[in-house]
Amino acid sequence: MSLSKKSTVIVENLRKKQMRESISAGKRLDGRSLDEIRPIEIELDVIKKANGSAWVKLGNTEVVAGVKVETGEPFEGLENSGAMIITAEVLPIASPHVEPGPPDEETIELARVVDRGVRESEMLDLSKLVLVPGKIVYTIFVDCSVINVDGNLLDATSYAVVSALASCKMPVFEIKDDKVIETGKTQEPPITTLPISVTTVRIGDYLISDPTTEEEACMDARLTITTNSKGSIVAMQKGLKGYFSIEDVKSIADKALIKGEEIRGKIKGLINIG
Amino acid sequence: MVQSRSLIDESGKRTDGRVIDELREVKIKVGIVKNADGSALIEFGKNKIIAAVYGPREVHPKHMALSDRCVVRCRYHMSPFSTDTRKSPAPSRRETEISKVIRESLEPALILEDYPRAAIDVFIEVLQADGGSRCAGISAASVALADAGINMRDMVSACAAGKVDDRIVIDINDTEDKEGGADMPVAYMPNLKKITLLQLDGELNPNEFNTSLDEAVRGCLKVYEIQRSSLMEKYFGDEKEMKE
Repeated sequence: MSLSKKSTVIVENLRKKQMRESISAGKRLDGRSLDEIRPIEIELDVIKKANGSAWVKLGNTEVVAGVKVETGEPFEGLENSGAMIITAEVLPIASPHVEPGPPDEETIELARVVDRGVRESEMLDLSKLVLVPGKIVYTIFVDCSVINVDGNLLDATSYAVVSALASCKMPVFEIKDDKVIETGKTQEPPITTLPISVTTVRIGDYLISDPTTEEEACMDARLTITTNSKGSIVAMQKGLKGYFSIEDVKSIADKALIKGEEIRGKIKGLINIG
Repeated sequence: MVQSRSLIDESGKRTDGRVIDELREVKIKVGIVKNADGSALIEFGKNKIIAAVYGPREVHPKHMALSDRCVVRCRYHMSPFSTDTRKSPAPSRRETEISKVIRESLEPALILEDYPRAAIDVFIEVLQADGGSRCAGISAASVALADAGINMRDMVSACAAGKVDDRIVIDINDTEDKEGGADMPVAYMPNLKKITLLQLDGELNPNEFNTSLDEAVRGCLKVYEIQRSSLMEKYFGDEKEMKE
């Protein structure tokens, strides 16, 4: 059952006041402008045992994503496409407020929103990942571990998944005598687009992008918008018990398209793909 | 996401005979769960959903209580017989996420500061699902909260818009959800003019997005009228007699 809970991160009233004043003057406590994204660092192939991996730093938020490619049965109703499963876990090492155990609703939402962006953008052409139609398909697991929490896990995790998938080398499987064999060769994944999510939050009357943990503790509502390379919106998720006006939503969408394109260019440069 | 057949015919009619900006038939009956403090049954097309509200009441376990406001707990659940293939009764990840977004869509409308240390429980049971069950569930829950006499700033009305055969339509049904292009559920507070739930699955270009958002809000306003008259009917009898 979903319940409203007290925030585990406490920001002192004085600090909150300072943050609001600073934001109303157009500058955030860490010196960024309201719509500025923290520096993004991406290190690829950090996990040699995975078929693709990425360690992404978005400011102090750090996420490792690993891709494992196997074969298996297709999902029910999707007999002629490969299967893709995206999971996320916030590790107990990531912050003093995380406890080990089954994923809570925020972590489930995190994995599902990241999955939604990748799936709905059709980043991977899953129809090219079928070995025996209706029986055996490629199964692609993208598992994410959050290593350090400093806000905006949604975008950091999304960038890690996109980078790991786009740079992965998929093993080539073949069918011989009704059996799946691994040929030892690798192939490029069938990438069609790079979905980029941009999260904007409302604090009072101001909209800010890419919030830190401290800013998240003060935010009223959150909106994540994922865009594709064509400049279309492919997925959205509003979060938290606040609201947005229609104008807010439209301006956030406009900004997500512009910022998304910037970040897409940056990620393309970092992972060296056209 | 494969468009196997045309979902809108030449005359602009959809698979269930509606035009693009037409809602399915919506019926709301208030107060159908006797034991609950507030309840509503919504029939939204083939969706059949009961929302029941208990509270404000004591919080158990007590450490979950908040000293300055009320805790809202929300459970969205689908009955095993509600779908084409049986759904396991155990809560799925999808239901966990939907419970969360529904709670977050209702909370802005509730004056939670009026009930410190208490809890309001919102149960949404989908007896029959037909696409758009989260929107129908929100609309029913909002009516049930009002029926329970909870202090509210506004009603919450919900309706989806989306893209079917490259056209923007409102209130996506099951077939359109599975075969169509995009689905965007929206919950809206009609008097305060604020959006409290917004999700999107599928591709919309910026123009399509703006149109969808406006259309979804228009759909929410239609749902609001039905919510309003359902409450009027329970508390004041026939609404028409009330108007001077």
